[in-house]
Amino acid sequence: MSDRKPRIRWHIVVFLAPAVAVYSAFMVFPLFNTLRLALYTEVDNVRQFAGLENFRRLFFDPLWADAFWNALGNNVWFFVIHMLVQNPIGILLAAILSHPAIRFVSFYRSVFFIPTILSFVIVGFAWKLILSPIWGIAPALLDAVGLKSLYAPWLGKEEYALTTLALVSVWQFVGIPMMLIYAALLTIPDEILEAGEIDGITGWSAFWKIKLPLILPAIGIISILTFVGNFNAFDLIYAAQGALAGPNFSTDILGTFLYRTFFGFQLQLGDPHMGAAIATAMFGIILVGVCIYLFGIQTRLRRYQF
Amino acid sequence: MKLGLTGGLLASTLLAGAAGAQEVTLTIESWRNDDLQLWQEKIIPAFEASHPGIKVVFAPTAPTEYNAALNSKLDAGSAGDLITCRPFDASLSLYEAGHLADLSDLPGMENFSDVAKSAWQTDDGSATFCVPMASVIHGFIYNKDAFEELGLTPPATMDEFYAVLDRILEDGSYIPMAMGTADQWEAATMGYQNIGPNYWKGEEGRRALIAGDQGLTDEPWVAPFRELAKWGKYLGDGYEAQTYPDSQNLFTLGRAAIYPAGSWEISGFNAQADFEMGAFPPPVPAAGDECYISDHTDIAIGLNAASPNAEAARRFLEWVATPEFAQIYANALPGFFSLNSAPVELSDPLAQEFVSWREKCHSTIRSTYQILSRGTPNLETETWTASANVIKGVETPEEAAERLEQGLASWYPPHFKYRK
Repeated sequence: MSDRKPRIRWHIVVFLAPAVAVYSAFMVFPLFNTLRLALYTEVDNVRQFAGLENFRRLFFDPLWADAFWNALGNNVWFFVIHMLVQNPIGILLAAILSHPAIRFVSFYRSVFFIPTILSFVIVGFAWKLILSPIWGIAPALLDAVGLKSLYAPWLGKEEYALTTLALVSVWQFVGIPMMLIYAALLTIPDEILEAGEIDGITGWSAFWKIKLPLILPAIGIISILTFVGNFNAFDLIYAAQGALAGPNFSTDILGTFLYRTFFGFQLQLGDPHMGAAIATAMFGIILVGVCIYLFGIQTRLRRYQF
Repeated sequence: MKLGLTGGLLASTLLAGAAGAQEVTLTIESWRNDDLQLWQEKIIPAFEASHPGIKVVFAPTAPTEYNAALNSKLDAGSAGDLITCRPFDASLSLYEAGHLADLSDLPGMENFSDVAKSAWQTDDGSATFCVPMASVIHGFIYNKDAFEELGLTPPATMDEFYAVLDRILEDGSYIPMAMGTADQWEAATMGYQNIGPNYWKGEEGRRALIAGDQGLTDEPWVAPFRELAKWGKYLGDGYEAQTYPDSQNLFTLGRAAIYPAGSWEISGFNAQADFEMGAFPPPVPAAGDECYISDHTDIAIGLNAASPNAEAARRFLEWVATPEFAQIYANALPGFFSLNSAPVELSDPLAQEFVSWREKCHSTIRSTYQILSRGTPNLETETWTASANVIKGVETPEEAAERLEQGLASWYPPHFKYRK
């Protein structure tokens, strides 16, 4: 009477099926197919298996390696600027906004967040115009305060172009860390802050000693989002500088390098196999970064329950 | 799902066919989005009037995205019936991959010279796969009002050229030359390839370079870089961040006196500028030298091998090969000079000036286009960065030439002897 067989719970399978099917068809399969594509090469219009040859060329053949390491280096710098500028400013804005004495909080919040919802094309084009030496308002504004000598055609100079674009990207996306931190700050119960106040911790020291440790997990999430976003970035550079990521490849990041290689550029024909190798390298870099975060940092973060 | 969709489309095509008595619609893929209006208002109506039953749609994409977009569409089988052909390898590879049909036997092909067809033939010349449409000529367009105001005449030699530029710079009311390096290709196409043929003696040097008899570090190929290196001070403030549209606007707004140009600018400039314009060919190094111009075979049109409307598309191509099309096209788009052997009457004075150089100078095409941009690194793209770097002074002419030669020698067998 009690020897009922464990029933297969079909409803679980049925409910999971649509998501699994869609995810497999549009994410898992293309991903693995890209990895596979990287192992082939094309000779006289015939696809041939080439093993790791594409990766050897990408990492060690100076023709490819120079461009690859240049793009990777630029990408790291792009990420560093975001970590050093975007995230601290985002935290600062959130801290200011969550201060009870500030008025018109929701107005400021929207203003800071609006650039995030703009298209890259609009942002790239608008900033290109603002900074243009010919039509832009940047030279005129600097002239008005007597600082014309500080102006340079930033987007056209190798030494400034990447940093300029990184800062434009920071301007666009500073709203995201601000919102996430702001939400985290709101969840901190007043009792804790009041208890701190009784112990004499107020103002900035309350922020450093109580709030900051409590929002560390949120900062961790933001860092990893920034990392993934930056190493997949492409749009802003493409919109502002074109696929050649000028001047002299100084703004070339992995995304633009992948685009040029995969789809070709002007007289250069596309090479989907080398392109797939670059895409695989990008995937690897992001995977390693995320793993370092997950196993090295997130497991050590202390969480507090209220 | 796919079947259902195709079925639905088929059914609707059939229905439409029944109603419109076998009307065929041809779609043209092109990068010339600037020409949309001209196609819609002049060329297509002229064709449709003489070919009832065939409708033509001109569907351009942005120039920088065209090659990539077209390749993807052809691979996916969604490309239009007629393909506008880039010169040389981009189209050759499409032909070799079976995307473009062989048009060698198309009636009307005999209207084109071998030079005109060379950009769209296999290396041995046995098959032609696009009908040549037009070439573009490089030179300098200048603001006649500005020249009159400053008492200048168009320069014939390089020395006179710099004298003119110095004079404009001194006067200060105009930017001497409108060109930027932000987009990089301007520096190579309107700079290096514009003045270069005078130094490497046109076809003679170009063929020697392909054969490996000359290297890019030889004097004829370094000399144009040495000239470019002097250009920086004549370009406007912040030229490093000046883009191609910026340069065009600076000139047509009358703020710059000289514009290193390709003839394709003519129709746009005619519409924008409200001053009179003139043109002079690239100045020669010394008085009395023979002159060479870049008369670059730029645009042709071919047949998508997978087109379901091949019959109608071939009729369109036959029409493109006629003098009638040449007449309409060359006058609708002054600055795109017909490659048809039949003489074409041009009405635009600026276009007449450009095309008149064909008589007194030797024509050649851009040095990097045939064969030499087949490998990695790509010589054309490298020339863009090299030219921009030389103008900015980031690289010396010799360094730039050496880098280009080493890049070419890394994959092109006739140049292996230049390897270091």
